[in-house]
Amino acid sequence: MMFATPKQLRARGIMGMNRRNVDYVAAHNPRHLYPLVDNKLKTKLLAEQAGIAVPKLLGTLRYQHDVKGLHSQLLPHEKFVIKPSKGSGGKGILVIAEREHDIYFKPSEEAISHEALERHVTNILSGLYSLSGSPDIAMIESMIEAHNIFDAYSFEGVPDIRVIIFKGYPVMAMLRLATHASDGKANLHQGAVGVGIDLATGKALHAVQHDRPIYQHPDTQRDFSELQIPDWDKLLPLAAACQEVTGLGYMGVDIVIDKNHGPLILELNARPGLAIQMANGTGIFPRLQQVEALSGEQRTPEQRAQISRELFGQQP
Amino acid sequence: MHSRPKFLLFVLLLLVTGFGLTLYKHFALGFPLWPGEKASVWTIEAKIEFTGQDKPALVSFALPYNPPGIEILGEDFASPNYGFTKIEQRDQRRAQWSSRQATGSQTVYYRLDVYEKPGENQGQISQQPTAIQTPEFEEPFRTAASTLVDELNQRSSDTRTFTLELLHTLNAEKPSQNVRLLLGDRPGEDFKARLAIDLLNLAEIPARKVRGLFLEDGRRRQALISFIEVHDGKKWRLFNQSTAEEGIPEHFILWQRGGLSLLDVEGGHRSRVHFSIIENNQSARSIAVQQGRDEQAALVDFSIYSLPIEEQNAFKAILLVPIGALIVVILRTLVGIRTSGTFMPILIALAFIKTSLITGLFIFIFVVSAGLLIRSYLSHLNLLLVARISAVIIVVIGLMAAMSIVSQKLGFSQALTVTFFPMIILAWTIERMSILWEEDGPKEVLIQGAGSLFVAILAYLCMTNRVVEYLTFNFPELLFVNLAVILLLGQYTGYRLSELRRFQPLAETELDSVLRQQKSNHNTANDK
Repeated sequence: MMFATPKQLRARGIMGMNRRNVDYVAAHNPRHLYPLVDNKLKTKLLAEQAGIAVPKLLGTLRYQHDVKGLHSQLLPHEKFVIKPSKGSGGKGILVIAEREHDIYFKPSEEAISHEALERHVTNILSGLYSLSGSPDIAMIESMIEAHNIFDAYSFEGVPDIRVIIFKGYPVMAMLRLATHASDGKANLHQGAVGVGIDLATGKALHAVQHDRPIYQHPDTQRDFSELQIPDWDKLLPLAAACQEVTGLGYMGVDIVIDKNHGPLILELNARPGLAIQMANGTGIFPRLQQVEALSGEQRTPEQRAQISRELFGQQP
Repeated sequence: MHSRPKFLLFVLLLLVTGFGLTLYKHFALGFPLWPGEKASVWTIEAKIEFTGQDKPALVSFALPYNPPGIEILGEDFASPNYGFTKIEQRDQRRAQWSSRQATGSQTVYYRLDVYEKPGENQGQISQQPTAIQTPEFEEPFRTAASTLVDELNQRSSDTRTFTLELLHTLNAEKPSQNVRLLLGDRPGEDFKARLAIDLLNLAEIPARKVRGLFLEDGRRRQALISFIEVHDGKKWRLFNQSTAEEGIPEHFILWQRGGLSLLDVEGGHRSRVHFSIIENNQSARSIAVQQGRDEQAALVDFSIYSLPIEEQNAFKAILLVPIGALIVVILRTLVGIRTSGTFMPILIALAFIKTSLITGLFIFIFVVSAGLLIRSYLSHLNLLLVARISAVIIVVIGLMAAMSIVSQKLGFSQALTVTFFPMIILAWTIERMSILWEEDGPKEVLIQGAGSLFVAILAYLCMTNRVVEYLTFNFPELLFVNLAVILLLGQYTGYRLSELRRFQPLAETELDSVLRQQKSNHNTANDK
């Protein structure tokens, strides 16, 4: 069978793109809140205010004359990331893992001069990486060091965890792992692996690559059944707390786990994709309905995370 | 949050308005629902020629007045150097052209578009006859005429039979001596008609001359044909003078009634008038429009038809865009085809309409692929967005020019239509696909490129469909229906066709994960 019937999909609780757009994104995400998530600097500042853990902001460059001060700004930092505030798809992100005076080194050990660094910042400011072409802000962030546990599961880059938060309740989670096929990117449609995570335990449930089930990482051959996300107890409340920060009813929260700082919020998304259902091997729709059926009383992120773990956990 | 019943009511209102106006136009104003229905429209041109005499000239020409069974759609009196007035009095209409100085051979034209109203051939003229003037015959004609009238009176029972007998007698192959005397040598049609009317008047029957034209396609240099109309005490009856047939024939326009002259020219001589007739197969629609405007039907009067032809043609294309939009909405929300740029396929389809499909496809693929190649070089230069797109626009224009020139030299004139493609759209398409290539790889470019072309082709096929084209232009109120359908689709929350394929593994893997779960449950049970 090449096609499933709509009846089959309904029975599995799969949510389609149209339902997501009409009943969730359009109905629960007021348009005026989008800039909060589309602009990473705004997201980060809001999150910091709310006491939510984020990669540390080392500095920002807003205008061309700020570029002159780049050298002194970077002086105290050995490792850092320069990224555009309104960039998309990972464009314009420059990771510096090492430096020797005015020579910087990418994780791939490629050397970059300070002039090249300045040029990169100028490009960011003029909007080269912003899709709309509008002038942008360059952010300098501390570099994330992936938790050791992912060494066996990641081909390149830092794996991130996507949690769908509906009305403040975590409803589904997946781990995204870059592969050789995805060229080190964590985009599922480019061949990254999506691993469904049990909300109760943080253990792997099911994994897909190119929308089809797999059981081992295609590059490292490690079996996913052994995978357990560290700091799961801290991670879920952190994700749930993002609802209060943005006010978005339906969103995707991208989290990384830093070796030293634990779970950090990396990015928020007002239109999270549907691939998470593939990774979990189950539909999200019944869970969304369960959340809607919950009583409207105010709960803390910790309480909400706990309710979700009880409701949606798959392993006892 | 809006309420759903309100939304549905609104959609229903749109549907009722759209279909209601359409049906009203069809039934009340006679707009055909399908493009096929055509009716003949005749264009009659009267060409009046005369020789000017170096002094002011005045041309007076009889025009048709309410011809029975005929609808006049339009008239044109265009004649350079002549002032024009139309005079209308009682049952006569005359056109008057005047000029300060007419020298040498002069021509004025009168053009008339008419259409035969189906099933409405016999017009009634209620007008009463004027008093009969007893005609003056000189001897020996007087005796011949009265003898003939007496003979006919004996042979006939009423006015109608008298007239028929008279016409037969006048047109007989071997006429009697009296008739020969009255007719003289080789009598003209005009003379015959005059004689017939005199004889009828002598018998105290009101009679008048009627002139008309048979509508036959491609006729040139025609003259009006004389008919005779007699009043039988109750109504006027029309007889063809040469065949003695009664009634108004088919495909016939009655031009002038009564004895007034057809053409008077002052200040000129050797005046002549000729008629030429062409049949245009105009759609029944345009006739309905014309009639609607004449009758001041508000729906027609305040519509696209009231615009000049050029703007109407522009609207013809514009009104097709919603059809393309509908196709895009259907293919995206119901089928789930990914396209590069939401409405780019419509613009491509509009270009295809001008270039024809195969040529358009070839041009599009060529320009976009060549553009992508050059754009991949530009991306190495790290240009800013606006500069980059501007560069791509120039590249696209260069490609278009090169394509036109090369194809012209090679003799494929089709490729010249490349100019119909909107170059800004081409440039944006190239830009977007190039970014897609860098971010998501060539596979995604192929998927979205093919998706866009598929949608464009489908939109093209719908937009060039004769029925669709006809309906959108002639029933713009169907826009409401289109809008209603799009609104409904905008609320569709069901699966897309592509999702049935995408999520298909989930229909099976559910089972798989249950198995795994059971296995792990089993394991934990063992551990305990």
